[in-house]
Amino acid sequence: MDPVTAVLRGVPMTLYLTFGAFVIGAIGGVPLALALRSGTWPVRAISRLVVDFVRGVPIIVWLFVLKFGLAGEGIRFTPLTAGVIGLGLVSAAYLAEIYRGGLQTVPIGQLEAANALGLSRSVTFRRVIAPQAFRIVSPSVATYLMGLLKDSSIASTIIVGEIVFQAQSYARQHPTAVGIIPYVVAGLFYIVLSIPVAYFSRKLDRRMREEIY
Amino acid sequence: MDFLHNWAEYLPEMLSGLKLSMLIAAVSIVVGYPIGLGLSLMTASKNLVARAIGLAVVEIGRGAPALVILYLIYYGLPKFGISFESLTAAYIGLTWNAAAYASEMFRAGLQSVPRGQIEASQALGLHPWPIFYRVRLPQGLRSAVPGLMGLAIQMFQGTSLAYGIAVPELMKTSYSIGSRTFNYLEVFILAGLVYACISMPATWITVYFERRIHRRYA
Repeated sequence: MDPVTAVLRGVPMTLYLTFGAFVIGAIGGVPLALALRSGTWPVRAISRLVVDFVRGVPIIVWLFVLKFGLAGEGIRFTPLTAGVIGLGLVSAAYLAEIYRGGLQTVPIGQLEAANALGLSRSVTFRRVIAPQAFRIVSPSVATYLMGLLKDSSIASTIIVGEIVFQAQSYARQHPTAVGIIPYVVAGLFYIVLSIPVAYFSRKLDRRMREEIY
Repeated sequence: MDFLHNWAEYLPEMLSGLKLSMLIAAVSIVVGYPIGLGLSLMTASKNLVARAIGLAVVEIGRGAPALVILYLIYYGLPKFGISFESLTAAYIGLTWNAAAYASEMFRAGLQSVPRGQIEASQALGLHPWPIFYRVRLPQGLRSAVPGLMGLAIQMFQGTSLAYGIAVPELMKTSYSIGSRTFNYLEVFILAGLVYACISMPATWITVYFERRIHRRYA
């Protein structure tokens, strides 16, 4: 088998890890972001501590706790599940911080106007605040997604058969000079895979700017 | 409270791993940031060759995961007879990573200096070199500081990837304690806490600086 085909076999797993974690993070980040902006200070303080803690611990530690740590307590995840949960947890914390920044940029007048119109709290958030914040954060979210794609490579350390894992096993079987190719190919794959994300993000951003002006 | 007793037992060995983690982070930052500044100037250069080399180094360093770069250096290059010790490979790989990311922050910082500043310097008859290092660089660096501090925290956490190439840093040390005691959960939780003890206060300091810089400009 040639190195390109070998590394190619890891692509579906990489995409699965990335998008699985992204979905968890994109949804989980919303309540966390709201908690970070809560009017009740204990909620704010606890959520701040949680977000900073999750972000303060390297991804590889989360993955090892989930895969090897919990196995000793009888909670056995497959490598893929542990990978998706671990990366999803970290994404939720990072995305919450990004959402929070976006929510902050929505002018207070928007909230006051919605209140004056008698809109309910949930309608105000869903139809007034969230759409405006989303416009602001979408480029940062896309940048985060590209970072997440690269971070998914860390799952190779808990034996998820993604791109880097496949590159590693091919290189082990080919101790000759050919063995360097899978690493180069793996690096190129990540660069190539992030191109569509960058492309759609720019397109989305442009479209949303047009909608405003 | 059995785990506290265990933790006290594991901690000295883990702290020696932490020392190496911090050394790797320090080297990648101290060596990587100046290289990053150089790369940012190369990518903005009028010389086509310099720009192409600069862009390639930056785009590969940012586009490929750090783990791939580490594997490439440690496992890939020896197949061509170029072999490094694992620690050296970690220094090289993570310095490259830091330099690539830092170059983008320097570039953004230098670009944020208003054009009027350069024009005013030219009107005052300053030469291009003093304009760069007395006017543009100090202002550009200032707005790049929070980003560079955040990157330093990322680099510190990124040293955990050196586990993959068998560098005896904090993660590798924890793993060996785990495989000796079979107490993986407690060991990795302690490792996480050690990382967090460094990263969290560092993040708060960064946020403080970020606010201060914004306040000055406002």
